[in-house]
Amino acid sequence: MSHPRLEIVNLRKEFPTGRRTITALDGASMSLGENEFVSLVGTSGCGKSTLLSIVAGLQEPTDGEVLVDGRPVPGPGRDRGVVFQTYTLFPWLSARGNVEFALRGQGIGARERRETALENLKLVGLERFADARPTELSGGMKQRVALARALSYRPEILLMDEPFGALDALTRQLMQELLTSVWEQHRLTVLFVTHDVEEAVYISDRVVIMTNRPGRMKKEVKVALPRPRTYDMLGSPELGELYSEVLESIREESIALQDSDAVSA
Amino acid sequence: MPEPAEKTDSVAPTASAAGAPERTRGPALGRRSRRRRPDMFRIGGRIRAWQFAVIAASVFGLLLLLWVLATSYEWVKPIFLPSPSDVWDRMVELARGGELSDDVRISVTRIMIGFLIASAMAIPIGVLVGAYRFWEAALEPLVDFIRYMPVVAFVPLTILWAGTDDTQKYLIIWIGTFFQQVLLIMDNTKRVPLDFVDIGRTLGMKDRAILRRILVPAAAPGIWDSMRISLGWAWTWLVLAELVAATSGLGYRITTAQRFFQTDTIIGYILLLGLLGLVFDQVMKWLGRRFFGYAEERR
Repeated sequence: MSHPRLEIVNLRKEFPTGRRTITALDGASMSLGENEFVSLVGTSGCGKSTLLSIVAGLQEPTDGEVLVDGRPVPGPGRDRGVVFQTYTLFPWLSARGNVEFALRGQGIGARERRETALENLKLVGLERFADARPTELSGGMKQRVALARALSYRPEILLMDEPFGALDALTRQLMQELLTSVWEQHRLTVLFVTHDVEEAVYISDRVVIMTNRPGRMKKEVKVALPRPRTYDMLGSPELGELYSEVLESIREESIALQDSDAVSA
Repeated sequence: MPEPAEKTDSVAPTASAAGAPERTRGPALGRRSRRRRPDMFRIGGRIRAWQFAVIAASVFGLLLLLWVLATSYEWVKPIFLPSPSDVWDRMVELARGGELSDDVRISVTRIMIGFLIASAMAIPIGVLVGAYRFWEAALEPLVDFIRYMPVVAFVPLTILWAGTDDTQKYLIIWIGTFFQQVLLIMDNTKRVPLDFVDIGRTLGMKDRAILRRILVPAAAPGIWDSMRISLGWAWTWLVLAELVAATSGLGYRITTAQRFFQTDTIIGYILLLGLLGLVFDQVMKWLGRRFFGYAEERR
């Protein structure tokens, strides 16, 4: 029997804070197939970033497990590449140096490292900026280098935690197009956390909606739009319908959250 | 793909600051058009390099003028406040006799050795305390406690332990700077974004490699700045040690001058100490820009 590429089974995560314990996740389960692009959406604080962090191996779950190809993950590893929301390029290295950094210590020769780095920078359209320092790059360019870095060592799964969250709307749109086209050329399994519903619907094969804290899976919406996805699809009625469906589901959670705040206030 | 125009720099270029057009506030207030205040008098405003230099030099000049006036009209007796030219003459005399260069050489050597010993110990310890909770628990409260013990109070003890030779000077400089440095460097290390460390983890790096190849280079510009700041303090502790018990150095010269009421030497040396501190600070700043220029955001 074949396993799904990534399986998340009954995750529970508790954070002790002083006297109270906050339960961020409770019974969160989902699985991602080979080369599937799945977005995870939910209200802020629903635990979607925590879930991604556990999948990356950066946090331990209180209960439950994460399986890659049927094997539980022992911690962080090179089979899962991560792109964070914050800018994580090392300022003392050039764009190329940052990508090469990910390739060090793997028995790859200096020349091959350099070539691989340039190749991946080209993939995100930044080969001309290979020697630029992060301080010379705009926010969108930094995230493109971060994407090139995460792709350079060919992980099986790419985990993205609101990677475009800090960018302005126009840049974000360009980044979405770029990510979609990169992914359509070089398929891999992607788990993409976002709170931008349009973004989720536009780039994904499937959108999973989470409940409020403690987070678990509430609903999932298959996005049957054809690929390659193009910018003009954003105005299409099919996308509009899916968008409304996802938004409505999150809205229910937002309203529930507000009501519970009002009660406790 | 096209590069999005994303220069978020919203600050107006300097050129428009001085020649800013007058702003009028609508037709009703049209006659009372207001001129904007010069930028340098607004919070967060700007200033041109030459304006900065002129203002800074004027303040120095003004104080010097006050000094000249106070001495030439004898508002203060010369024995308490000698004139600038008397101080200058005395310094020239000491320079000709070789005492000045000896004093500077001895004191600078002492401060370099004391400071290097303190730094060489503080950098690894500070990074460890900033990186690992165990070392923080073991050392941070202790260092914080010792830091509040006045360095001056250690002087008698250091003399009993180490006599009055150079070792005692190093010891005082060490006590005065090491503990502060550890805390500063701990802070520099803690300021490295946790996501940097997490990137290392997702690349499969071991903790020691993360420490060496991510934490240390990321904290380095801050650590250098901490070094620069603590070097300034080291001057204070050196002079203190030399004032109390020494047979040479800038501080020693000041104490002997006091015995003979040579206020000109004292004032000259105090100014010289200030100048030396400034020069060292500028050199450190310049080196810092050479080493860590990448860390500066383009504005």
